[in-house]
Amino acid sequence: MLRFFLSRLLSAIPTLLIVSAAVFAIVRLIPGDPAQLMLGDDALPGQLEALRARMGLDKPLPVQYLIWLRDILHGDFGRSITMDLPVSDLIVSRFFVSAPIVLIALTLATIIAVPAGMFAAWRKDSLGDFAVIASSTLLLSLPGFWLGLMILLAFGLWLGWLPVVGFVSLSRDPGAALLYMIMPVMTLALTDIGSIARMTRASAITVAGLEYITHARAKGLSESQIVWRHGLRNSFAPTWTLLGLILGSLLGGIAITETVFTIPGLGRLLVDGIYARDYPIIQGCILLITFIYVAVNLLVDLVYPLLDPRVAR
Amino acid sequence: MGRVFRHMKVNAAFGLLVLLALLFLALFGGRLAPYDPMALDLGARLTGPGPAHLLGADEFGRDTLSRLLAGAEASAWIAFTTLAFALASGMVIGLVAGFFRGPVDRLLMVVNDAFLAFPGLLLALGIMAIYGASSSGIIVALGLAYMPAVVRVTRSAVLSIRELEFVEASIVIGNSEVATVARHVLPNAIPPLTVLATTMFGWIILAEAGLSFLGLGVPPPQPSWGNMLASARPYITQSPLLIVLPGLCITITLLGINLLGDALRDFADPKNAGRE
Repeated sequence: MLRFFLSRLLSAIPTLLIVSAAVFAIVRLIPGDPAQLMLGDDALPGQLEALRARMGLDKPLPVQYLIWLRDILHGDFGRSITMDLPVSDLIVSRFFVSAPIVLIALTLATIIAVPAGMFAAWRKDSLGDFAVIASSTLLLSLPGFWLGLMILLAFGLWLGWLPVVGFVSLSRDPGAALLYMIMPVMTLALTDIGSIARMTRASAITVAGLEYITHARAKGLSESQIVWRHGLRNSFAPTWTLLGLILGSLLGGIAITETVFTIPGLGRLLVDGIYARDYPIIQGCILLITFIYVAVNLLVDLVYPLLDPRVAR
Repeated sequence: MGRVFRHMKVNAAFGLLVLLALLFLALFGGRLAPYDPMALDLGARLTGPGPAHLLGADEFGRDTLSRLLAGAEASAWIAFTTLAFALASGMVIGLVAGFFRGPVDRLLMVVNDAFLAFPGLLLALGIMAIYGASSSGIIVALGLAYMPAVVRVTRSAVLSIRELEFVEASIVIGNSEVATVARHVLPNAIPPLTVLATTMFGWIILAEAGLSFLGLGVPPPQPSWGNMLASARPYITQSPLLIVLPGLCITITLLGINLLGDALRDFADPKNAGRE
């Protein structure tokens, strides 16, 4: 067990090193002088020299990377070119805008999709099963940002129930903040319900055919006890792994959802950084999001043996 | 069981039809358009469906039907090219890693896993930051973002067959390693790769639409379903149809691809048919 934990933890280190090198390379791969690119055409000659020195561009590439990595490890992601603020402050504050939306959406999707998938599996080939499969496949095929626009059109503009543009932070006014979060959370949750329900159904069907379920039935346990105590516990493991992967697609797609609902989150910061060619911002956002994704999947893998003890051996 | 089987066939047929329609649009989409998709007709600004413009016109009076068709051509071209790029490069790397194993394999896999660690769309966004918005940029960005999955699947298919006696026999009787891989190892990787390719095709369509929606994909005025959604957004109350139609096109395409993918998965793995 301990060996499993340690080897999994250690395997994340080369991954993170290569990830950081790739993110470092983003700026260096741009043709031309990064300092010149950041300053634009109307830079004064002195400014260019100063920025080049500050970025360490006069040193060899591997040394530049090590210096950059050392700074990152000290929490120094550089300064934003356009906003003249430390990138670390910006990404941390924007992270706390995005995180609640993603977490609530994923939780909500799981709460709805897992019972739906279990229901479908236990009534395989029934009309209810067909309804769950059909709606999951449809939800799976909806582009999230379009669904977001449709929800915006329906609830925000036609019915007028929810505020359309703007954002209130959770710490300032929790009630209003939740109101602004309803539509983005609904959008993200709906698009993920499909894949979670399908995965739950698939693994529950495998479990339902196993002998111990027949045994439990023969023992005289009620059907609901079988489903929730024996069925769910043993079929949840694949869904658990899927949740980690879904978080990745949520994090990757967050820029788009935040654009639809004009939320000033991490994704929006990244896209604005790309528009403005603000490379420290781009690097900071990609690094933070990828780091979270790697950490979450590490956590998913470390918890996995608790759900399926066969893995750790 | 019979009923489920019939559903599957209908689903697969629908999926195949969508894919063929997309292939057709990729080749002839632009030529089917009744108007030049970029021609302005300011008199028809934001008009609804009518005899002149069957599906209405956008904020510059450009014909929506023509733009949807041209957008299909752009999306389909990008998706097919990206898929070809990701498959070709991923298969070569996966074959090399799986066949030679040892340090080559370990090195390739460490790098590959690191690229799998990026959320796919995020990696694409990073590459688009280097390239700037362009159609060729999307192909490189999405191709590189989805290549690592192809490497993984190819490699594991190769590893599962590499040790079998007939592969060894092929080398012993004097066939070169390249010939052995081409004739005996590669076919083994085809079924899982077909399933992956279908799924990836859907991801690529979705990702391209998303990037174009952000203004980091197909650059306007050339239409794509994604950038049509972006440019119609300010007029969402005046002309909701401009938002509804491109999204509907993406949804139907993705639905077809997902249904086809399910059918292929059942075909490749009949033991688990109907489970997913």
